[in-house]
Amino acid sequence: MSEATNPDTPGLKVEGFSERRIDIDGWPVNLVSYKIGEKFFCKADNVSPGARLARTNAATREEAEQAAIARAKELLSRTRRREI
Amino acid sequence: MADYAHPETLVSTDWVAQHSKDANVRVVEVDVDTNAYNEGHVSGAIAWAWNTQLCDTTRRDILSKHQFEKLMSESGIFNDTIVVLYGDNNNWFAAWAVWQMKMYGHADVRIMNGGRKKWLADGREVSTEAPHYAAGTYAATGPDNSLRAFLDQVQAAMQGRSHVMVDVRSPQEFTGEILAPPGLPETCQRGGHIPHARSIPWGKACNEDGTFKSADDLKALYGGEGVDGSKPVIAYCRIGERSSHTWFVLKYLLGYHRVQNYDGSWTEWGNLVGAPVERGAASAHG
Repeated sequence: MSEATNPDTPGLKVEGFSERRIDIDGWPVNLVSYKIGEKFFCKADNVSPGARLARTNAATREEAEQAAIARAKELLSRTRRREI
Repeated sequence: MADYAHPETLVSTDWVAQHSKDANVRVVEVDVDTNAYNEGHVSGAIAWAWNTQLCDTTRRDILSKHQFEKLMSESGIFNDTIVVLYGDNNNWFAAWAVWQMKMYGHADVRIMNGGRKKWLADGREVSTEAPHYAAGTYAATGPDNSLRAFLDQVQAAMQGRSHVMVDVRSPQEFTGEILAPPGLPETCQRGGHIPHARSIPWGKACNEDGTFKSADDLKALYGGEGVDGSKPVIAYCRIGERSSHTWFVLKYLLGYHRVQNYDGSWTEWGNLVGAPVERGAASAHG
């Protein structure tokens, strides 16, 4: 069996994992954010199926979330609903 | 996990925390969003990119046997390595990787229950180091095409009503209200679903924390739509990755023997000239 060639470095703790459901222009969006090291990360996905719309990072949770929401809004505005 | 038909195909986040650096274990992260790994991952884990490493990038297909062997070798994986896969979105593309590994005969491949989400939510440690492992030697078998459905098989199955067709996309994609998941580019000419398909969105198989639902809950979910193992099943979605998640659930958690993943999925069927398409809600099953 093979051994990893690079040495272990101390791990970073994941802190403040948060997940909530928001609405953007009628589309449900899942907003996940957490802190790793000194950065806050945020991911916005489209709930069903759960594909990523935006992934951002910033110095604060609010900044990371706002950037993700803005990008998600831009992408969702391109989706057309059709009459069935 | 004891009630699942094949509990050996799942490991907990606790198990991974204890064994991720064992010499005979290789942990691999496979994300929908290939940037997620760089934020931080299970220590010792490598990453596979679904869109460059788990498909043929020239023609539309899964990896060839040779390409698969090369990937395993470069990942330091041997035939007897325990491979543990996990990823974002409740293990979407981790399941896609499991499907290909089973097609090429890897004996011991497991999914970390809950995936990346549970690992992060548990507040566990992550690493930003990308480890490199010395190349392994690997000989694949197969491909085992009994796990995969091709277009002609799907057409025959639809006409003969010989299989249960499970559409695992969102309800809006199923009805034809939208042509792609919200926010993503439209990749088909027509919306709707394969005639007689049942709508069982893939995510219904998971709990809020990303883990799989219990065997009883899964039986009730799929059984309620006529998927009980008595008929062979073909699962499909848009490009075959969400349906590989459902394929894993039906085959390994519920133990149904005849389950195929139609990886051509709606990007094939919804672009075919003359293919029959049903729109709106599912008709009564039977």
